[in-house]
Amino acid sequence: MTEQTASLDAPAAARAKPRRAPSRHAAGWLLAAPLAAVLGLFLVLPILMIAIVSFWGATEFSIYPAFQFDNYAFLFGSDVTYRVFGNTLKYALITWLFTLLIGFTVAYYLAFHIRSLTWQIALFLLCTIPFWTSNIIRMISWIPFLGREGIANSALLSWGVIDAPLDWLLFSDFSVILAFVHLYTLFMVVPIFNTMMRIDTSLIEAAVDAGATGWQVLWHVIVPLTKPGIMIGTIFVVTLVMGDFITVRFMSGSQSANVGRLISNDIGLLQYPSASATAVILLITVLMVIGILLRFVDIRKEL
Amino acid sequence: MTSISKVRYSRRSMLKTGAAAMAGATLPAPMVWGQQTKDITLRQFGTGVSNLNDVANKVKEDLGFTLEMTALDSDSVTQRAATQPGSFDIADIEYWICKKVWPTGNLQAMETARIANYDKIVGIFRNGLLTPDSTIAQGTAPHTVGFVEGPGGTEFVDEESGWMTLIPTIYNADTLGIRPDLIGRPISNWSELLNPEFAGKASILDISSIGIMDMAMVCESMGEITYADKGNMTREEIDQTIAIFTEAKQNGQFRAFWKSFDESVNLMASGEVVIQSMWSPAITAVKSRGIPCIYQPLEEGYRSWGGGIGLSSNLSGMELDAAYDYINWYLSGWVGGYLMRQGYYSAVPETSRDFMTENEWGYWFEGKEATDVITSPTGDALAQAGEVRDGGSFQERMGAVACWNAVMDENQYMVRKWNEFIAA
Repeated sequence: MTEQTASLDAPAAARAKPRRAPSRHAAGWLLAAPLAAVLGLFLVLPILMIAIVSFWGATEFSIYPAFQFDNYAFLFGSDVTYRVFGNTLKYALITWLFTLLIGFTVAYYLAFHIRSLTWQIALFLLCTIPFWTSNIIRMISWIPFLGREGIANSALLSWGVIDAPLDWLLFSDFSVILAFVHLYTLFMVVPIFNTMMRIDTSLIEAAVDAGATGWQVLWHVIVPLTKPGIMIGTIFVVTLVMGDFITVRFMSGSQSANVGRLISNDIGLLQYPSASATAVILLITVLMVIGILLRFVDIRKEL
Repeated sequence: MTSISKVRYSRRSMLKTGAAAMAGATLPAPMVWGQQTKDITLRQFGTGVSNLNDVANKVKEDLGFTLEMTALDSDSVTQRAATQPGSFDIADIEYWICKKVWPTGNLQAMETARIANYDKIVGIFRNGLLTPDSTIAQGTAPHTVGFVEGPGGTEFVDEESGWMTLIPTIYNADTLGIRPDLIGRPISNWSELLNPEFAGKASILDISSIGIMDMAMVCESMGEITYADKGNMTREEIDQTIAIFTEAKQNGQFRAFWKSFDESVNLMASGEVVIQSMWSPAITAVKSRGIPCIYQPLEEGYRSWGGGIGLSSNLSGMELDAAYDYINWYLSGWVGGYLMRQGYYSAVPETSRDFMTENEWGYWFEGKEATDVITSPTGDALAQAGEVRDGGSFQERMGAVACWNAVMDENQYMVRKWNEFIAA
């Protein structure tokens, strides 16, 4: 985050070329100040606070300032932590794969198969309609659908596809990932669609004229040019899934855990320091994932 | 604050001021403070169970002052009582929370002499005995944390010292809820929760402090573990208990775990689950949808809980008097009747009787057959004529309590183990 903002500040400062040379630096600083203040107050400071509290100690109903590594020692000493982080990464990876496939297909269809701009906008807005209701409602509405006596099972039973209701449809990894994909595919569609719209169609024509097949055009022209969009969508999806706790709780029937649930359990039990320590490790993990992703594509250059 | 301190009463000055003030302080009838009373606002917080807007409205009507209610879950309640003493005047908490919170000094002891119906409060909350020959159940029995030696006392005492920590308001005996139509045979033991017959159709609540107790009831019933005190387990006992349930979880015994009231209702009503730990009003909610559901009495007995009202140590002067008025009003029957018609019990059942019909009293308290339709306070039909309450009368139900909700010495260890169980 901070890296990006820094990069945004620099050109902003450069662009604001003042008429009087002596105040040039002052104007730059002033222009950057509001954003820096907002981010400092609402992003950096809270994160620092979390990092500090993660070294504190806790009794059953209070926390006290200290500088100790107990919280981290317990976190790294327990195999639950590794299992839960593994589970979180698993959810993120599978969700990413599905949202990418669906998101790319939808965006491709909107950008290259719909010719009129009006229809493109209309269909794009159609995609956003589910987002007019709350996240939680969209998630919970799956529960009656997937349940043992739900619509999915009764339909399959009446078609004779299955003899007994499928239990794994609900309160399983399947339902968790289904909900994630449903919730977050749009975050993939929007940036990919955005970059695809900016692709110069003459490039595609040139490729076709040069004798490329449809797949070759897709793979050698469109995909490379869509990379920044894919990467932005990926960052959205990965961070959202890794930070989630409510979807996992509802859709797994509380039977699976991810890092978000570990943190929320700790908060519920007034163990703020230990929750902070877990949050710090989660933050580092997510930053590492994003760092790796950014090595593949230079978003700054592509934007 | 000056107007309040002018009319501050110590016990001694009150004796001097004469009969009128005395009557006001000791009788449940509302005191006449005139305009000043109307300006008083008491801030109460607690679990959703008894934080009802109907109660606040009735307080305004009967006593004249304003009661602000905040409903939270039990973890948040504990947290707030322990860490934000300035944010409340009245804490509506459970007895096991009291054990955790009292040492912080955020609550003040109440003088039983100022509680008009103190002598009529059920024995469970005074000496622990429902009847003179009762045995006291395991766990945090309310009377063990109900008294301190005097004002400002920090240690709990065993006898009725005249200084109470919480004034009991509401309590009940919990057990397993079942779907009789989907099970089709009698259920009479806690061990049935882990019966492979119900694989994939059982559930337990994901609130560690209560869930561990239900687990203990099951393990003891299976004959796997005998606990010295289910309310205060040793590390070995916790390990064994969690191990049994982890194995069951991995074998697919559980359909889901629930954390909120609504989740438990939906699991049961949709048929996803046929046997699970449940709370009394959840059974009522399932039934009111026309789906059969029984709060099954079991041979090993009930897991019981009780709540009460505690006063913030910040309360003094007129606000403190108003709080005593509120407590006396609370025990005078209207609230008791309201709660008992939901299936809970009141600390002073006999005063509640005046606010219930003979039919309601017979059904809810005496375990008699209903002579007419029983409805909830909101008007839903809960039972038809001829039906009896699951578990029977007050004496039968509260007399069969096996353990009380509790907080263990090894609580933090238990919580960690619980997290492992959820992640397993």
